Amino acid sequence: MNTLSWSFLDILLVIALVLLAGAALRARSLRQSIILFIAFGLVTALVWARLRAPDVALAEAAIGAGLTGALLLTALRNRPSEESRLVSNNGMRWGGRWGNVAITVSVSLVALGIGWAVLYGMNDTQSGRLAGQVGSALELSGVSNPVTAVLLNFRAYDTLLELAVLLAALLGILSLGGGRATHCTVDPIATSLRGWLVPLLILTAGYQLWVGAHAPGGAFQAGALLAAAGVVQHLAGRAHAGLPVGAVLRVLMVSGIGIFMTMGLWTFLGGRGFLAYPQRWAGELILLIELFATLAIAVTLILCYLGSEPERRRITPAGSKP
Amino acid sequence: MIDTGVLYGLTGVALAAMGFRATLLEPEVIRKLLAINIMGVGIFLLMIATAYTGPDTAADPVLHALVLTGIVVAVSATALGLALERRRRDKDGS
Amino acid sequence: MLDWISTFLILAGVAFFVSGTIGLLRLPDLYCRLHALTKSDNLGHGLLILGLMLRSDDLLTALKLLLIWILVLTASAAASQLIAQYSGRS
Repeated sequence: MNTLSWSFLDILLVIALVLLAGAALRARSLRQSIILFIAFGLVTALVWARLRAPDVALAEAAIGAGLTGALLLTALRNRPSEESRLVSNNGMRWGGRWGNVAITVSVSLVALGIGWAVLYGMNDTQSGRLAGQVGSALELSGVSNPVTAVLLNFRAYDTLLELAVLLAALLGILSLGGGRATHCTVDPIATSLRGWLVPLLILTAGYQLWVGAHAPGGAFQAGALLAAAGVVQHLAGRAHAGLPVGAVLRVLMVSGIGIFMTMGLWTFLGGRGFLAYPQRWAGELILLIELFATLAIAVTLILCYLGSEPERRRITPAGSKP
Repeated sequence: MIDTGVLYGLTGVALAAMGFRATLLEPEVIRKLLAINIMGVGIFLLMIATAYTGPDTAADPVLHALVLTGIVVAVSATALGLALERRRRDKDGS
Repeated sequence: MLDWISTFLILAGVAFFVSGTIGLLRLPDLYCRLHALTKSDNLGHGLLILGLMLRSDDLLTALKLLLIWILVLTASAAASQLIAQYSGRS
């Protein structure tokens, strides 16, 4: 690939991004907006791959385009049909036309300022980058994928707190209550799609989890794929989306934080400091934490999609038609 | 020839501005959430473009890890926003 | 020689994608659009994969590409069937 064709591709990608974002924000109906946003997410995944961020690309394709799109589309499905076609105007609006102009102008000014900073600041020296430090400490981390090393070892504390944020959002959703009425349709095509797609998604999730130690992948991507398996199950007629019920489900919800805290306290009491793994076991510990983090992320995302815990009585035995 | 990182960085700023403007002005809640997501992608793009150091060198993994975290938080925040909106509609009976 | 065949296949695939996209934008209703999209995209995608397989370095990469083709083929067939069904229902 020579430089010229790369930059041609860059310009195409950038134009596609901006046009799709603008179209998604301006489309006549909400449904069109959401579908354009899904396309925007897919192009974004391509951009991550282009900018040598394969870990982010995998997560974006599964979450940014897939799950967010599914979430928004199902939110639309609970509305009266004419409303999803014509955008309603009963929401909050800020101060008429002049407010509109004022906001547009001030946002543009801020954007120009930041753009100026990017233009003059980004070609600056390599000094102060953390990449060098990560590279030199990578051997000590127990994994060879630098992104996994940052997430689960160097900055494991941040990932623990992120799982806490996820749990907080989930608790908020569950306590709001009133999950959607389940839209279960039994359809031979959807059922057969589920028949081969769900095992394949679970297999790929396991692969992503395992391969994350030395190649793009890891707990987030694996969790997103498992969540996708749950969403496919729900769309193909399983009201409980493959989730367990009651206590087991709640244990799974907190399992990510639980294993993190246990490991942290264990290393802490062992005199090493919070989440400072012994170097000899670092790889194994990271895999163990990632396994539970994957399950917790998957369960959280599926519950975000469902909007409420599945009820006991809705469960149908495997293989029977609800 | 414009540098790749700068091109994507400026695009990120533009997307964030478009998303922010629509977040403030858009009356419809679902589209407001969509605008917040676009704003988020713009910021992620700026970060990933900063991490990019050329086709031959490895990019900065710290920023990649941050964006990875951000994507997961963004989807959970969107889900929470949709749940709040659903609750509001149920309450209004509309 | 192999390079030329591969380039030809990829270009042919792109041509199918372009025609399918024109169909998506120009045709009047949902069924026509689905028809244009599934036909041309499945064929275009297949040609693209075939072209890329000829260029891949080892057998494993080629097999992975083949797997991607099968996945996309079945998923898009099922998805377009479902879209057609739901539009007929409502």
